[in-house]
Amino acid sequence: MTAKRADTMDLQQRLSSNPLLVIARIRETGIILVILLLVLAVSLRSPSFLTLSNFRDILLNISILIIVALAQTMVILTKSIDLSVGSMIGLTAMMVSFIIKQYPEFSPLAAILLGMAVGSVLGLFNGLIIAYGEVPPIIATLGTLSIYRGMIFLYSGGTWINAFEMSKSFKLLAKGTILGVPHLVYIAFGVSVLVYFLLNHTRLGRNIYAIGSNPDAAQFVGIPKKHIIFAVYLLCGIACGLAGVLWASRFESAQTNTALGFELQTVAASVVGGVSISGGVGTVPGVLLGALLLGIIQNALTMIRISPFWQLAIQGLLILLAVVVDNLISREMQRSVRQWNR
Amino acid sequence: MESLDSSQPVPAPSTLSDKPPRRSIWRWFQRWEWMLFALILVVTFLNARLSPFFLNAQNLSRTSSDFMEMGLMMLSMTFIIITGNIDLSVASNLGMCASFMGWLFNNGVNIWVAALAALVLGTLGGLLNGALVAKLKLPALVVTLGTYAFFRGMAYVLLGDQAARGYPASFTYLGQGKLPGTLIPFSVALFAFLAMIFGLVLHKTTFGRYLYAIGNNEKAARYSGIPVDNIKMIIFTLSGFMSALAALIMAARFGSTRPDIATGMELSVITAAVLGGVDINGGIGTMVGAALSLILIGLMKFGMGLLNIQGQVQGIAIGLLLIFSILLPRLSGQIGRKSAFSRKTFVYAAGIILAFVLFFAFFFWSRAPILLGG
Repeated sequence: MTAKRADTMDLQQRLSSNPLLVIARIRETGIILVILLLVLAVSLRSPSFLTLSNFRDILLNISILIIVALAQTMVILTKSIDLSVGSMIGLTAMMVSFIIKQYPEFSPLAAILLGMAVGSVLGLFNGLIIAYGEVPPIIATLGTLSIYRGMIFLYSGGTWINAFEMSKSFKLLAKGTILGVPHLVYIAFGVSVLVYFLLNHTRLGRNIYAIGSNPDAAQFVGIPKKHIIFAVYLLCGIACGLAGVLWASRFESAQTNTALGFELQTVAASVVGGVSISGGVGTVPGVLLGALLLGIIQNALTMIRISPFWQLAIQGLLILLAVVVDNLISREMQRSVRQWNR
Repeated sequence: MESLDSSQPVPAPSTLSDKPPRRSIWRWFQRWEWMLFALILVVTFLNARLSPFFLNAQNLSRTSSDFMEMGLMMLSMTFIIITGNIDLSVASNLGMCASFMGWLFNNGVNIWVAALAALVLGTLGGLLNGALVAKLKLPALVVTLGTYAFFRGMAYVLLGDQAARGYPASFTYLGQGKLPGTLIPFSVALFAFLAMIFGLVLHKTTFGRYLYAIGNNEKAARYSGIPVDNIKMIIFTLSGFMSALAALIMAARFGSTRPDIATGMELSVITAAVLGGVDINGGIGTMVGAALSLILIGLMKFGMGLLNIQGQVQGIAIGLLLIFSILLPRLSGQIGRKSAFSRKTFVYAAGIILAFVLFFAFFFWSRAPILLGG
């Protein structure tokens, strides 16, 4: 960020002729290495860890996380953050489940569309107050975190929806399988491809990175900063709406505390996956690996019978470790840029 | 926070217009603190009309101690936010300290020794935050998000699904007792005393001036010889200590400790500070404002509680208050500029309003049958 960049063409050249790219690659290979070591260690302790069905369980467990973490990543890339994702998921899950209970013949696909519509309105509100109202992102989404969570209570009156109140077709939405792979995994894969395409091959994606790496420069070259920030919050809301429907289907229930604290996991997956909290840096494959690492750790803890109470503490340590490593890398990067300039 | 701020410097709540400050009585009355004072009067009046139990000295005395843990953490949070940083880990630190104390107590350690150990642990937790922020130059937001999970995780590791209870009466006095011969709870007196000290430090000492200087322009502060890193270490460590102190008060007030104690309280703490006119971008804010907003939030919650509104639904009101306390001053500045209203914006605005109307129509339509039909 502090390095002076004359123009973008020059930057492109630098990136390819420089240890920069090598270091960026180390990030992903670093996570892969950690994952391999972890898998090796756990499978020595517990033979049932390295089985196909366990691997499918892990994928099933991280699919929703992937969807939301990618949306969170888009937000973080613009130097913002969305702490309200857990509440948006919970509210969508509750509202869609109420509809499913009242109209058992409601088609699962329509439920997904309904959920995304609900999520888009929630994201719309976030986007409005942050992009156009200029409320700092952390304050705005801390506020909507409690507003949306409160709305779940207001909506449900404290009741919840159980598995027997949901239609079979709705429950199959997440868990039904095609060729032995759950629908949820396909959906997460589809979202990943979409986000990858959006970030790397569209103008919106380029603008998202531009705003994150240098907001002032982005504004000078005429990038509509406010509209872009509005767009990422809207997209994040839609993704959370989708995730909410899938959550209700996957866990066959909607409760007032559905997805409580989930924002932490999404930020953890992004940050562990190499997304910089100060914006502009991060890739889709990195986030997928970050989510996979979180999922494997969660699974491994149960496999080697460590108390689940450790999970939260380990997640926290992972975030801290990831930012410390990131910090060391970026210092190294700046040094190499300085050397190149000389 | 610097890293997350996507907006230009904007008028903060404490200066309601763009004009340079003039020293006149009228301007003095335009300060945000008077706004809070007026809101407190309005809330008091409304609550007194709505519930006969509101203006009752016993009730007010009892309810005031409910907000003191929040208040204690708010004092140090104000310091941190004024420097342009944030500490999301305060409530988790509280949980860790309370659980640590409970765990020691369950294992037969004297309660006062356990309390002292908890104070040390909380301070160390704050020191960890401070070291990562000041020495490694990491953004406070992500560091404290990490320790937010880590500290709360340690609380669960320590106590698991157990609870600690059976604290002696001499200890529970910290949270439940009143000053002899009065209705003033001990915790309120402690808060008032500390608030005064924090206020004096903030407004009357060099250290306080340094905090504003860092919040206004950290680089300039650094170049003018202010020990920025050490000050950050001090305020984060202080925040850890205040969290631990709040942990003692809260454990004493409940008479028991579970690892999920004070979950989500960081939101209330930050809300109280920001609503009090402390600018989240740093450099602006007063201790009087923060204390007034604590009173306002306390009265609002107490009043809503008397009206049987659930705690989670109260969160809607607090969240809206937080957002609109920042949004309204900024909007009032924007409306003056005519360029904002073109035909295009009108169409978009209509679309957005339609989306919200549809949403709420669906919201209330879809919940009605289930709640009525059982």
